[in-house]
Amino acid sequence: MKRHLLSSRLWHWINAISLIILFMSGLNISNAHPRLYWGHYGFAPEDAWLHVMRFPGWMTIPDYYSLAKAREWHLLFAWPFAIALLFFLVAALVNGHAKRDLTTRKRDWNWSEIKEDIAQHLKLNFEHSSEKYNFLQRFSYGLVIFIGLPLMIFTGLAMSPAMDANWPWIVDVFGGRQSARSIHFIVAFGLAAFFVLHIVLVLLAGPIGQLRDMITGGTLEVEKPAEGEAT
Amino acid sequence: MNRRGLLAGVSALIIAGCTKIGETKPMTSLLKSTEGWNKWAQRLFGGRTALAREFDREDRSPTFRGNGTQDPGTPEYQAHIDAGFADWRLEVRGMVTKPLSLSMADIRCMTQRTQITRHDCVEGWSAIGEWTGPVLGDILRAAGIQDDAKYIIFRCADAIGGTDYYESVDMVDAFHPQTIVAHELNGEGLPIKNGAPLRMRIERQLGYKHAKYVSAIEAVASLGDIGDGKGGYWEDRSGYQWYAGI
Repeated sequence: MKRHLLSSRLWHWINAISLIILFMSGLNISNAHPRLYWGHYGFAPEDAWLHVMRFPGWMTIPDYYSLAKAREWHLLFAWPFAIALLFFLVAALVNGHAKRDLTTRKRDWNWSEIKEDIAQHLKLNFEHSSEKYNFLQRFSYGLVIFIGLPLMIFTGLAMSPAMDANWPWIVDVFGGRQSARSIHFIVAFGLAAFFVLHIVLVLLAGPIGQLRDMITGGTLEVEKPAEGEAT
Repeated sequence: MNRRGLLAGVSALIIAGCTKIGETKPMTSLLKSTEGWNKWAQRLFGGRTALAREFDREDRSPTFRGNGTQDPGTPEYQAHIDAGFADWRLEVRGMVTKPLSLSMADIRCMTQRTQITRHDCVEGWSAIGEWTGPVLGDILRAAGIQDDAKYIIFRCADAIGGTDYYESVDMVDAFHPQTIVAHELNGEGLPIKNGAPLRMRIERQLGYKHAKYVSAIEAVASLGDIGDGKGGYWEDRSGYQWYAGI
């Protein structure tokens, strides 16, 4: 059995490329009006809850300030990002990946076990779970895949005046366009933090093998084959 | 291995790569093509007549930001300010069966629509105001749009860097029930920074489509012969998308 299904691998790489480009072009867009507000409207400095830093050219796409070009990159890569996520979510729900590997169960929420899981991570022991993914993996992957990434799509659409006319609920659930914009920004940085942690952990866990498996699929060592099931 | 150096190198590679690839012909056309997909998808989900949200009076922002041109600053415009815009005319011309030249009194005598809507700038900010004016569709029907006219151009009295501001929409947005030629903001004549005496409201698109200081409305078959041919001042100058629904 493959360690990573084809659907997961395809999605993983489309998502990775899209997310990097979306984030870096997003920083360029942020430079156009680096203030965040809550509610439906907001433009005055005194109403901002956050004055965002100006992101330097080496962090943005393109590498000079251009709202028009940054928006083109952002809106282009929003399409593969959203479509790939939709296909991956459907596949994961159908093939059991979501239930098995990307969600936590009630019995997982045991404080001493969670502490032990964290301790094992800090000792750089990542193979301590009897399941394919340990608790922290299932929790963080689930959080990113079911909440973080969809939130980016919905808050992104909520900033569109045309989509707000089409689907008024999409902006109302966030409490207004400026709130949606703030949430878009906050979740983007949450995803960036996940991205950094993810890369660090992959580097610590042996980047060559991890990268190879995410490309070829690798093989899953089945420790406890279910009874009566041919392996 | 120097990991920090590696990460910085990878990041620089992505940016330099994207910037370079973005300048190639196929990538430029791919980047431009999303505008069409967005228009297609947004009209698919909402139809052509979905209405922008209308707010209550207490939802309005305390002030309404002026952006872009704050005052056209020409002697002609100053003369209009001094005269209280009494002699301002709105020409309706191009591919129409009956060209019109409307005075401010004519415009105020037409059936008025008042709407409290949110204005979204491409930069990211929003303001909410109450706009009043005749529906553009009524004006166009009075002038009689010819069958092969595809776009409506808005000519403006302001220029940025010596180039006249203009904008355009297709017939879907031109005949949208919330597309009005506003002469009032929050119950008073338009402030100069917001486009006095007339500005467009194109409620399902971003702010740069809402042309200010409007002096003429033109029906045309193609955008190619106007300005640099991309359908608007910012489209020509900076490559902003002509369809600005997102």
